[in-house]
Amino acid sequence: MTITDRTITAPEETLALPAGPTIAHRPLGVFTRPQGSEGWTSWLFTVDHKRIGIMYGAAALFFFLVGGAEALFIRLQLATPNGSVIGAGTYNGVFTMHGVTMVFLVIMPMAAAFANYLLPLQVGARDVAFPRLNAFSFWCFLAGGLLLTSSVLIGGWFQNAPDGGWFAYAPNTGLLFSPSKGIDFYAVGLQILGVASLVSAINLIVTVLNMRTKGMSFFRMPVLTWMLLITQFLLLFALPVITVALFLLMFDRLWDANFFNVEAGADPLLWQHLFWIFGHPEVYILILPAFGIVSEIIPTFARKPLFGYHFMVASGIAIGFMGWGVWAHHMFTSGVGPLSVAAFSVSTMFIAVPTGVKILNWLATMYRGRLRFTTPMLYAVGVVSMFTIGGLSGVTHSIAPSDTQQTDTYYIVAHFHYVIFGGALLGLFGGFYFWWPKAFGYKLSEAWGKASFWVMLIGFNFTFGPMHILGLQGMSRRIATYRGDEGFAFWNMVATIGAFVIAVGVAMFFWNVYVSTRNWRRAGRPDVGPDPWDARGLEWMTASPVPEHNFDEDIQVDRLDHFWHRKYGVDENHRVVRAAPTSEVAHDGSNTNVHLPSPSYWPIVLGGGILLVGYGIIYNLWLAAAGLVFLVASIYGWILEPADDPDAAGHHDDHDDGDDHGDPDSNGGPSGNGESASAEEPESESAETEEEAATIG
Amino acid sequence: MADTMTSETTAAEAATHAEGHHTSTGISNEKLAMWVFLGSECLLFGGLISTYMFNKGRIGPDDVGPDDVFDIPFTSVSSFVLLMSSLTMVFAVSSIARGDLRGNRIWLATTAALGATFVAGQVYEFTAFYSEGLGFTTNLFGSAFYALTGFHGAHVTIGIIMLMSLYVMSVRGNLGPERAETVEIIGLYWHFVDIVWIVIFTIVYLFPQ
Ligand code: HEM
Ligand SMILES: [Cu+2]
Repeated sequence: MTITDRTITAPEETLALPAGPTIAHRPLGVFTRPQGSEGWTSWLFTVDHKRIGIMYGAAALFFFLVGGAEALFIRLQLATPNGSVIGAGTYNGVFTMHGVTMVFLVIMPMAAAFANYLLPLQVGARDVAFPRLNAFSFWCFLAGGLLLTSSVLIGGWFQNAPDGGWFAYAPNTGLLFSPSKGIDFYAVGLQILGVASLVSAINLIVTVLNMRTKGMSFFRMPVLTWMLLITQFLLLFALPVITVALFLLMFDRLWDANFFNVEAGADPLLWQHLFWIFGHPEVYILILPAFGIVSEIIPTFARKPLFGYHFMVASGIAIGFMGWGVWAHHMFTSGVGPLSVAAFSVSTMFIAVPTGVKILNWLATMYRGRLRFTTPMLYAVGVVSMFTIGGLSGVTHSIAPSDTQQTDTYYIVAHFHYVIFGGALLGLFGGFYFWWPKAFGYKLSEAWGKASFWVMLIGFNFTFGPMHILGLQGMSRRIATYRGDEGFAFWNMVATIGAFVIAVGVAMFFWNVYVSTRNWRRAGRPDVGPDPWDARGLEWMTASPVPEHNFDEDIQVDRLDHFWHRKYGVDENHRVVRAAPTSEVAHDGSNTNVHLPSPSYWPIVLGGGILLVGYGIIYNLWLAAAGLVFLVASIYGWILEPADDPDAAGHHDDHDDGDDHGDPDSNGGPSGNGESASAEEPESESAETEEEAATIG
Repeated sequence: MADTMTSETTAAEAATHAEGHHTSTGISNEKLAMWVFLGSECLLFGGLISTYMFNKGRIGPDDVGPDDVFDIPFTSVSSFVLLMSSLTMVFAVSSIARGDLRGNRIWLATTAALGATFVAGQVYEFTAFYSEGLGFTTNLFGSAFYALTGFHGAHVTIGIIMLMSLYVMSVRGNLGPERAETVEIIGLYWHFVDIVWIVIFTIVYLFPQ
């Protein structure tokens, strides 16, 4: 049935940590397979889902600083009437890059950080289904992110930055109105990011569906696993739609196609439909991971099981489906016709229902719980309250006549910041505090954490609260200046001050990371233990930081919150009592006999190839062609690399088919684009003959 | 007969081997990944087909339109060729499952050749349309038509490359019955691309209005 003898058989498996298998091999005679897990190069070639998760998190925090700096420029420009900090043209670039960065390079990769790190752990697996593809997803994401971000520097400060808003409405983004290279960067960059997310979505879906440990049935999976799984499905189906749109836009701009050429009869609504069919599911892609995180944090610190687990899962699934039927609420004023407006208005009102279910469930979980207000809990409660405000303003948009007044004003800006900053980002930060000890072996300082939380929360409300008022007063979004006599000056100044308060809060987070790390090192790196918060998920059932092989042996799950129930039982008076100390239940990470997938050069090489193709498409097709050749060669290199099946060593003893590394479902199987499906390593003999290359590597 | 028996046992062993990893669903990771990927591809082609339908009628009365260029008999033949390649793909999968490696090679090559014939037909068609005045940039119909069918053609081409890679692997003795599932997975992709063509052919060529 399920994953029975994967790590149970570990002792028979001969290969040991940390170097992983020592089969050296030179696919195409170019590279030896990288070795070891020490030093910075080991990060470049790692295929470990935990390290990849950490890299996603680090990259997202870096881009968060970039996007945050852009936000501060926006607020500086708008602080006073007739602002002159940046010109109108630059302003377009700044707010566009701010939005694109925050959505695609901050929230999404941060969620990917948690998905990568936690999904395999929460379902009790050793790694994701395709570890090398996982590494590729990260490098591909980084390539896309760097390409997009480089646009603000290339050819002068914000001269070639995308300038059409994050939704880049065509034909406004056609060559006629946006002649710089900016939108090309947008179109190409988002396509690359789309490939990264798509590959990762496929990988994670297969991981959750296929690699659950014994007894981990669907309705024993933690809510976070569920929400991340739904997110991956949304990505899977939403990304191709925006890919089509970006594709058409790229063709229009670079090769004179007519898709958005109004002169040739094109209809501007095409872009809007395609974008928002992606765009609304996208907002759930942004929020569902945070919902999942909150659903892990609140039960832990309320010391109660999550109220209405099944409702929680079902409402997530409902959101996943209903999210596809509301997109035109972004187009109420664009002339889609009264029938559409009415229908989408109603469907939008309905989608607030499953969202409300979640809020009520969190409240019910906290109700009469023994609450511990740790930093992660503060963030979780912050999400519940701030997201509710954003959800409510969302419901006011759903009423079409009302939205006709609100659309394109600061009221919309207030709405989506309450849901994205107040919901998604606060949730993800709460997740950082919650899982930090799991990933790094020490907690972040609670004192700094709480202080930083309050500063961020207060700054946040001062920044975006007033935007409700400004919007209702009629202030348009995406304008670079406003006049002094329009009555917008006061609240704009408040918002600007608030934004700098947020910046202080964010700086305090980074300071916290620095101080906590330093103090922990000075204290001689004390062990935080597997389960510092007395939590519930399987990820807490192994050592912190999680050893490379995750679990010492397979876990047999027999109910929801398995780990919690191993620790606690009920006495004859129905009182919860400690059944076993954590140290007895949790693994200590001492099993070094688990066979792990080897690191690989190819994921990062492929990522580099994609970067070449990207710049090539924008600047020079010859470069793109060279990049393509490079890519194809890398794909073959990837396929020819010994897949190094994690189970290969112990496994082949009982199947003497003489097929040494070419196990059909080893980690090097078909990639997301289906191209490398043609199995692996026709040169398996040379693996043996080149054994001596190990010493070189 | 005895011979087939043994090779069938081999195949059965190979199957247990493939499932030797005991995935939770019983489907191997690779195959599941392909299914999931094809799910995503549905929306990709869905988006392109919708774009085509949205745009095809947006041309002036004197513009080059579907009726001016389409050569239904020709495209029907090339569509038929592509359909047949699905059949030969089925043979390729079943022959490797039986352990008939030579048959597998023959059918892989045939499938690739049929696919290549289709792509060649498409290239011919594109040049013919171009000479009749329909370029990629001529009008909305041209852009939408070439984008959709060209995108599909690229998918077929990738499929051909994968089939040829399998063929080379087989020649080099690296595609035994234990890899039957690899062929099957690529077969899934191939059938998908064929089915998409049936949809495109119906919508684009058969019902141009
Ligand atoms: C209670 C559920 C929600 C409802 C009923 C709702 C409703 C709406 C409506 C009707 C609009 C269009 C307003 C306009 O442009 O005139 C809108 C805009 C927006 N919403 Fe929501 N929303 C909800 C939740 C969310 C969530 C969870 C997110 C993200 C995490 C989100 C992000 C956005 C964004 C980014 C925009 C603005 C897009 C733009 O024009 O740039 N919303 N919302
Ligand atoms: Cu929406």
